[in-house]
Amino acid sequence: MNWVWFYRLGSPLWFYQTTTRWLPWLSLLAFMLLATGLVWGLGFAPQDAKQGNSFRIIYMHVPASFLALVGYFLMAAAGAIGLIWKMKLSYMVMKAAAPIGAALTFLALFTGAVWGKPTWGSYWVWDARITSMLILLFLYFGVLALQYAFHNEEASNKASAVLALVGTVNIPIIYKSVDWWYTLHQPSTIKLTSAPSMHPDMFQPLLVMILGFYCFYVVALCLFTRVEILRRERKTTWVGDLIGSSNNAVEGEK
Amino acid sequence: MRKYTSDGFYAYLRRDLLQSHRRLGEAASPLIFFVMASTLVPLGITPDPASLAEIASGIIWVFALLATMLSVGGLFAGDYQDGSLEQLLISPQVLVMPVLGKVTAHWLITGLPLTLVSPLLGLMLFLPEAGYLPMTASLALGTACLSLLGAVGAALTVSLQKGGMLLALIVMPLYMPVIIFGAATVQYGIDGLAWTAPLAILGAMLAAAIALCPLAIASVLRLTSIN
Repeated sequence: MNWVWFYRLGSPLWFYQTTTRWLPWLSLLAFMLLATGLVWGLGFAPQDAKQGNSFRIIYMHVPASFLALVGYFLMAAAGAIGLIWKMKLSYMVMKAAAPIGAALTFLALFTGAVWGKPTWGSYWVWDARITSMLILLFLYFGVLALQYAFHNEEASNKASAVLALVGTVNIPIIYKSVDWWYTLHQPSTIKLTSAPSMHPDMFQPLLVMILGFYCFYVVALCLFTRVEILRRERKTTWVGDLIGSSNNAVEGEK
Repeated sequence: MRKYTSDGFYAYLRRDLLQSHRRLGEAASPLIFFVMASTLVPLGITPDPASLAEIASGIIWVFALLATMLSVGGLFAGDYQDGSLEQLLISPQVLVMPVLGKVTAHWLITGLPLTLVSPLLGLMLFLPEAGYLPMTASLALGTACLSLLGAVGAALTVSLQKGGMLLALIVMPLYMPVIIFGAATVQYGIDGLAWTAPLAILGAMLAAAIALCPLAIASVLRLTSIN
């Protein structure tokens, strides 16, 4: 099998140049999807029979929770690729994924709290899924703290990759926790195996929002990774050329 | 040629037990911490027997967790500082077995004494009678789990100067499933339910941890300790 394409993925320069080309289009797509989903979900989707308008926070809450989990998995996978194939780019992706994932987990918890007040009557409930989301946030914090603790970049990469992999043991528990400790939280609304228990009119904008969040996540991940690439590759000639040429351009305008 | 024998296991078990035997005061400090911290609860919350009985199981579990977490940081620190960890890393022995021996020694020094002294704390905190057996059983399995998971964190932070707080940050999320089922075992026992069910899950967690944690610890020690 031809592995050239795979090794090319490990080149920071290739990644930087490709994302330079794709980022504007991807950002546009993310913006369009998010704008469509938000206007559709907040403005045109029907009211919920029991919860009224307060249910509309689902259009932020569910995509953020999705991406918080997917982001952790992606971070661990990037770490594993780094450990196995010793690709420096994948460590950069791993490092970039941590703060984004932590922010999305916080967003999921925050929107959940805002939603919980009118629905359950309290901002916080010690329920299985909320608690596992909180544990996920702590897992992200652990990886972030470990990343910044090492002065040696190599050791920092490897240690946080292993920690992310160890943390993935918790991901199935997070998914399963709904079945294990069912308390106040409603069971998952969307199941991959069966039809959604939501009305299609409410479900379609949610789907658009989820797609939009995915695109937004990729855009954010690329931007964070690009900063990391420039920081770590600052001594290479191509970064020097890049920064030099942009400096020249600025000077030229003056 | 690498030896896949259990020699390293017994050698390191014996070595670590001998070391802690020679410094008994240091070895006993997690146990003393466990007893002292539990004494703070009646002082801080209430000495009322009925209220204490309700929270006793949780308190004992939380402090057992904290005592294990605080002590596990030293698991590889001494070996790292005096260079014997490096000797272990370059030895022909497969790393997993010595690591498992060290963690077992840690459990025998901290987890087992905590388990044995927990009925005394149960008495002081008015734990209902039906809770004693589930508590000792769940602590025996649970502290072994905590030692193994904590050792992963200890290996990750061994080369850092101020790893203590970071170790706590890393390890605490991993401890949460253990405490959920540990405390559930005691609560089931008190409520007269089948407490062996959560205990069995705790046992399953321990089995998985025995299988996976030494591998993780060994690889982390190889990756991070040689800077």
